[in-house]
Formats: sequence, C-alpha cells, structure tokens
Amino acid sequence: MFRSKQPAQQHGSVRPPALWLAAGAVLLLALISLFVGVSDVSPADLLAGDAEVWQTFLVSRIPRTLAVILAGVALSIAGFILQLMARNRFVEPSTVGTVESATAGILVATLLLPAVPIVGKMVVAALFAMAGTALFLVVLRRIPLRNTLIVPLVGIMLGGVISAVTTFFAYRFDLLQTLNTWMIGDFSGVIRGRYELLWIVAALAVVGYICADRFTVAGMGEEFTTNLGLNYRRTMNLGLVLVSLISAVVVVVVGSIPFLGLIVPNLVSLLIGDNVRRAVPWIAVFGAGFVLLCDILGRVIRLPYEVPVGVIVSVVGSALFITLLVRRTAGAR
Amino acid sequence: MITLDNATKRYGPITVVDGVSATIPRGGVTSIIGPNGAGKSTLLSMMSRLLPLDAGTVHVDGLDVSTTSGQTLARTLSILRQENQLTVRLSVRDLVGFGRFPHNGGRPTVVDREHIERALEYLDMTELADRFVDELSGGQRQRAFIAMVLAQDTDFILLDEPLNNLDMKHSVDMMRLLRRLVDDLGKTVVLVIHDINFASCYSDTIIAMRDGALIHQGTAEEIMTPEVLRDVYDVDIQVELIRGNRIGVYFA
Repeated sequence: MFRSKQPAQQHGSVRPPALWLAAGAVLLLALISLFVGVSDVSPADLLAGDAEVWQTFLVSRIPRTLAVILAGVALSIAGFILQLMARNRFVEPSTVGTVESATAGILVATLLLPAVPIVGKMVVAALFAMAGTALFLVVLRRIPLRNTLIVPLVGIMLGGVISAVTTFFAYRFDLLQTLNTWMIGDFSGVIRGRYELLWIVAALAVVGYICADRFTVAGMGEEFTTNLGLNYRRTMNLGLVLVSLISAVVVVVVGSIPFLGLIVPNLVSLLIGDNVRRAVPWIAVFGAGFVLLCDILGRVIRLPYEVPVGVIVSVVGSALFITLLVRRTAGAR
Repeated sequence: MITLDNATKRYGPITVVDGVSATIPRGGVTSIIGPNGAGKSTLLSMMSRLLPLDAGTVHVDGLDVSTTSGQTLARTLSILRQENQLTVRLSVRDLVGFGRFPHNGGRPTVVDREHIERALEYLDMTELADRFVDELSGGQRQRAFIAMVLAQDTDFILLDEPLNNLDMKHSVDMMRLLRRLVDDLGKTVVLVIHDINFASCYSDTIIAMRDGALIHQGTAEEIMTPEVLRDVYDVDIQVELIRGNRIGVYFA
C-alpha cells in the first residue's frame, strides 16, 4: 500500500564526537579569555607565582570567564524554551518584553526599595519579567494571525512600550546612566563576589534541559499535549518561570545580551534539527562559545578600552538575525 | 467500550452537543457522520477529554475522562486532530517517539525503541524515519502522526477527519490502515468523517448527528438508506448496492 519513493536521507548525522570537539573549542576560548585583558596575565607569570598576577587572575579573570560561560549557556537555552513555547523561531527574551520588564523591575526596586540587597532586586526583576512574558503569551493567544513575522513584531512592540515607560521614569529620577548598565550587557564589572548569582541560572538551565522535551510537546499545541497526558498549563507556567528567572538574573548581574537566545538555537536547529535531547547540549556549547568570542573581541578591538559585549552581540546578532529571517521565511512557510 | 451518558457542551446560550447518550463497542471502526456544525468534532473532543463536559459523563474502558489522570488516559486512548502543524524540526522517528511519552515520561527505554520501530514498520515509514516531518508530503505526514499514535499503544484511537487533505489514493490507504488496526491489532477506532461512502465501506458502526444530537446509530446497512440519510442531511440521496457496499449517490 504505502510506498516511499524518496531514498532515505540521513539527518542529524552529527555524532557525539563532534559535540566533544565543539566543547573542546569552547574550552580553548575560555583559556584565551583568561589571559586577555588590560593588565598582563600570562601563564608564565602564574607559574612564577607572582602574587599580584594571581590576584588579578582569581578575582577578575576566572569570575569573568565563568560569568560569560554561564550567561551564554543559560540565555541560549532560555531562548530555545521560549521559542518552543511561543511556537515561533524568532522570539527570545529580548524580543518579547521579558528583558525590558526585568529592567523595569530593577528600576522599580531601585526607586522604591533602595536599601534592598541585590538578591531582592533580582526577585523583583524576575517577577516583572514573568508578568511581561505572560502578557506577551496572552496577547499571542488573542492574535488570530500567527504569522511567522507577526509574532516577533508583537513582542518587539510590547518590549518597546515597556522600555519607553522605564526610560521615562529613569529620566525623571535621573537614573538613565544606571539604566544603561542593565540595558547593555557588559562583563567588565564582573569580579569575585559580584557574579555568583549566575550559578542560579546554571541550575535553572539544567532544569530546562531535564524538562526540555515537555516544552517540545507543549509547543505542538494544547491538544497534542493533552493527548500525551501532560498538563499543558503547568508545562507552560514552568517554562515561563524558567525563562523569566534566567533573563532577570542575567540582566541584574551583567545586563541584557540581545539576540543571543535567538541566534544560537536557530543555528543549532539548522545544523541538527530540534530533537531536544540532542539539541540542548549543542545550544549550551554554541551559546558559551559565541559569548566568549564576542567578549574576547570586545576586549581586544580597541585596547586598552572595552566595547561592551552587549554591543558586539547586537551587531553580529542583528546581522545573523536578518539573514536567518530571510532564509527561513523564503524557504518553507 | 466507550459510554456516553447525557454528554452536553454549551458555548454561552448555544448548545453544541445536546445530551448525547451512546455506547461505542470495543473493537471495530465507528464513524461519526453528520452535516457541518452537527457537533461531531466537539463530541470527539469531549470523548478524548480535550474539551470539558458541561453535563453528563464519558467513560472510556470504565475510566471517567473528566476525573482520570492525564497520564492514565494517555495510555488508554489517543486522539489525533487535524491541526498538526509543527514549528519544531523533528525527524519522523523523534515524532513517533513522543507517542511513548505517557509510558516513559521522556526517558526512552529499549522497550520504547522497539515500539517506535514496530510502529514505523507497520506504517511503512522506516525508510523515512530520519527525514524531518516538515519535509514530508501531506500523506506521509499524516502517516507519521498515525505512527505516533500507534506507538502510544492505546486500545482506543480517536481521529478527527483523518481524510482531510488526502487525495483518493491516500484516503483509501488510510481507511484500509484503520481497518487493519482493528482487524489485526484489536484496536477500537472512532473517527469523524465527512464522506458517507468511506464510512459505509469501512465502518462496523455509524453514528449520525444533527444539531448537536445523536439521531441514528447502527450498522452501515441500517444507516445507509435514503430515509435515514435524508433525516441527517436534508438531501435526497440514492443508495446503490455496489459490490456488496452501500454507496450513496448525491452528486446530481
């Protein structure tokens, strides 16, 4: 009866060794990152036991490199989860209002609760991020046209509105400068004692990995999810919390790194498809590698000054984003 | 056995399914027919707990669909609707693998893999298993989803207009396949279908609905009469006996 005429085509032929190879490359980048910067830190000095060099290495370089990796991994995975949930490849925390809401949250916390420690601000930012993301998903539900391009546009508009309100209040209270530190991601301020919150996102990313196929199922729709015996609402809420918390923590600690959660999952999707068990490790490795590369670039492009990583990622990212958009929409759908 | 008792669904003041009581026997193909807006798909959605009931009860294999846990139901009945758009790039094997979700919670075992390969083989999809679903033709995609439902390994399989968008050849293939699921594997298949002649040729039981109510239930022989069909569709339909099948002629 049913006959398949096409010859079987091999997809996803990228095997685990390739992943290890990629992880090795990221490790190499991490090593480079450890020895790039204004003050000279070389392996030789470290071996010689120079106390000052060791100080820089431990207080600044290691925390910075760890922060870059953690933020890169977590933001990429958060973007992927959001894409599964919104059923659209072109959304990520900075294009649906999540990041803008988190920033608004920090501003509110700074204005109303100035004495609250950074963890408190993070909680407020996370709550705002959740509200903003939920608002986006609600708006999305009401849009009859779920066009590939409409969905991210709606998100960008929503983010624009939230961001405008935030900027207005920041202006009124003379906090524009402070606002900028959250809006443009920058790792130069990362030192020991000021990045440890990022370990939270590492834990959240692991949770995201464990539950990733639930998000794939949920992404196929409420009826599909119900058929497989999963609670749709609960799954969506879990994803919402994960994405919002990751975004909020990263914004609080290093500031916004736009497009990251968009580019990395899309590149991986083109390369190996969306089987989550296979894709998520790749997304993690790519995410870490991409941010490491951008951060190193930012440090060497105009030594001794630094270009914030957020700027580099934005420039590279928007170019890649447009390329992907044109290719993907021209291809299928 | 699926037992419906006074199943009712309302949207505001409009009653879409109006106190339907029926028994769908275990094993066999049951087709739900009726004009547009008769409440066929709504009834199917209620049977498969996709829509909550406003009144009445539905029991599948003795399980009350309103109160039984999602996972238990997912091992008893599967439902395939028409809007199966995939935004993620999944291979056919990955999609079929999701059918095992209610059994393994996302951690595939050796047994799961056997189920997946058997389902692929049964639908003659082994060759296409590594292709991405969005690269398949409509008929192939439909088969991929059926393979997933098969891997889900439920006794009851509910399908909402499985022939939608299929050409004649693929429609016949699909109906033969459903027949095989019943005859070879002992499944119970319930489907919503528009083409009364497909319903006539392949069903053990036909349920006819109109205006939210169940107005006739019986074998093809009992339902495929000009009187009953007139009652259901408000159209004069001649019924001819062709090679042992009752065929309704309504084209002119």
